[in-house]
Amino acid sequence: MARAVSTQQKTINTVLAWAIGLLIFFPILWTILTSFKTEAQAINDPPLFLFFDWTLENYAIVQERSDYMRFLWNSVIIAGGSTIVGIIIAVPAAWSMAFVPSKRTKDILLWMLSTKMLPAVGVLYPINLIFIQLGLLDTRTGLVIIMMLINLPIIVWMLYTYFREIPGEILEAARMDGAGLRDEILYVLTPMAIPGIASTILLNFILAWNEAFWTLNLTAAKAGPLTAFIASYSSPEGLFFAKLSAASTMAIAPILILGWFSQKQLVRGLTFGAVK
Amino acid sequence: MATQHSRSAARVMMAPAVILLLGWMLIPLTMTLWFSFRRFLPLRGGDLGWIGLENYVRFVTSSSFWPAVQTTLVLVGGVLLITVVLGVLLAMLLDQPMWGQGVVRILIIAPFFVMPTVSALVWKNMFMDPVNGLFAHLWQAFGAEPIVWLSDASLFSIVLIVSWQWLPFATLILLTAIQSLDSEQLEAAEMDGAPPLSRFGFIILPHLSRAITIVILIQTIFLLSIFAEIFVTTGGAFGTRTLTYMIFQRVLESQNVGLGSAGGVYAIILANIVAIFLMRIVGRNLDA
Repeated sequence: MARAVSTQQKTINTVLAWAIGLLIFFPILWTILTSFKTEAQAINDPPLFLFFDWTLENYAIVQERSDYMRFLWNSVIIAGGSTIVGIIIAVPAAWSMAFVPSKRTKDILLWMLSTKMLPAVGVLYPINLIFIQLGLLDTRTGLVIIMMLINLPIIVWMLYTYFREIPGEILEAARMDGAGLRDEILYVLTPMAIPGIASTILLNFILAWNEAFWTLNLTAAKAGPLTAFIASYSSPEGLFFAKLSAASTMAIAPILILGWFSQKQLVRGLTFGAVK
Repeated sequence: MATQHSRSAARVMMAPAVILLLGWMLIPLTMTLWFSFRRFLPLRGGDLGWIGLENYVRFVTSSSFWPAVQTTLVLVGGVLLITVVLGVLLAMLLDQPMWGQGVVRILIIAPFFVMPTVSALVWKNMFMDPVNGLFAHLWQAFGAEPIVWLSDASLFSIVLIVSWQWLPFATLILLTAIQSLDSEQLEAAEMDGAPPLSRFGFIILPHLSRAITIVILIQTIFLLSIFAEIFVTTGGAFGTRTLTYMIFQRVLESQNVGLGSAGGVYAIILANIVAIFLMRIVGRNLDA
């Protein structure tokens, strides 16, 4: 909305919005700042904001004591693996629903969405049991499967809303020009679909990275991702604010950066296309 | 223009996704339903046979059931109230002309990308710790006695943490909705002399009603299954045991699978009631 406003009004808006924005962001900023303090400085009274001896020692200690890289790698495998497998399964499904819709397409889409509403705790024991039987407990493979299944409805939905925006006429035009199905998919549709697929991948990677029910309940030391690693800090021994901050900063930094790129897709993905 | 051939191809392309989701839904659900009718204690004798509806009755008559219902309602209701009200106000503010709008948006959206275990622990320790937390310093600066947040105001603290996580979601969706509002309508109302409050009440709010409904429904579904935030802060103590957490404790901590499964069936029914309303709105949107 481009409305003409006075400079004074604009200044008030700016000051107010920045104040609120910084207030909301403050816990993250504070965590990042604390990660560069020594443990003694982290609990200094009064709190130190910028004027302390900046140090990287916490990052070194976290890696050394708890093998941070292994948890990070587990997160990458679980979030990345589940997203890739999900995309491979969802693209054909979303594709056919968008381009060859039938009377039942809408029902199938809504039914898929309803599986997303299933409260995880309601099926906790069965999944636990199946995992024990199949030897999947505390394995990355098991987590990849679960993450893929819980996010599959969102992946299908997002892709569907993107694919539906590709005009059907363009296909007819390509066909008239003598393009076969292979050419059609390769040279006409794929280039148009890639942005949608990319944003779907981005959002689902984020959702899988941050998922904290199944990762906490189905993993232990071996396959635990960063969510589980951070949870182990809930029973502290001695001074630990700075180390908690360093571990937290490392766990959220990659996703914060990815997240900033995915703001627009977030709305579409999480409201199943109901708000665009 | 869809031929018989393309129809059957479409069915084949859809099959993997449909079959996987069908299995993912039906297999564990059937098992939960089955266990819920049995006395099943894996560590104390295993499966002790069919007991009909006893688990269902025991779950709702246990002394911790109604407190858990109340906790769940306060948590979900409190977070919804805070995020929707502040979300509307923030979205309206962000819609105004200002300098650095993009940066402010990024600052406000950031908490949504913080994993639940991190946000819960950062709040618990660095803000709510009664000795070294920032709140304690703040309270002391004003000469007040620091509050032991997670035991004396435990549920409120969790509402605060969860609201911080979900406010960005509400704001972002409501902002998207506000930006689709026809500005000419607002300008016309302004020229006709409608005061700001009635412009808000008669134009902005009705325009937002659909987006607000969607925010409420989606958040309710996610909030009903809040887990990590309670797990790493209070572990369900001090009146923060929600229905979800109670079921988790029945199943994994006290290993009473039959009882927990009955609770799980209740949770599934509850979630489905909310889901039906959400699906109606989403479904209507599909036709458009």
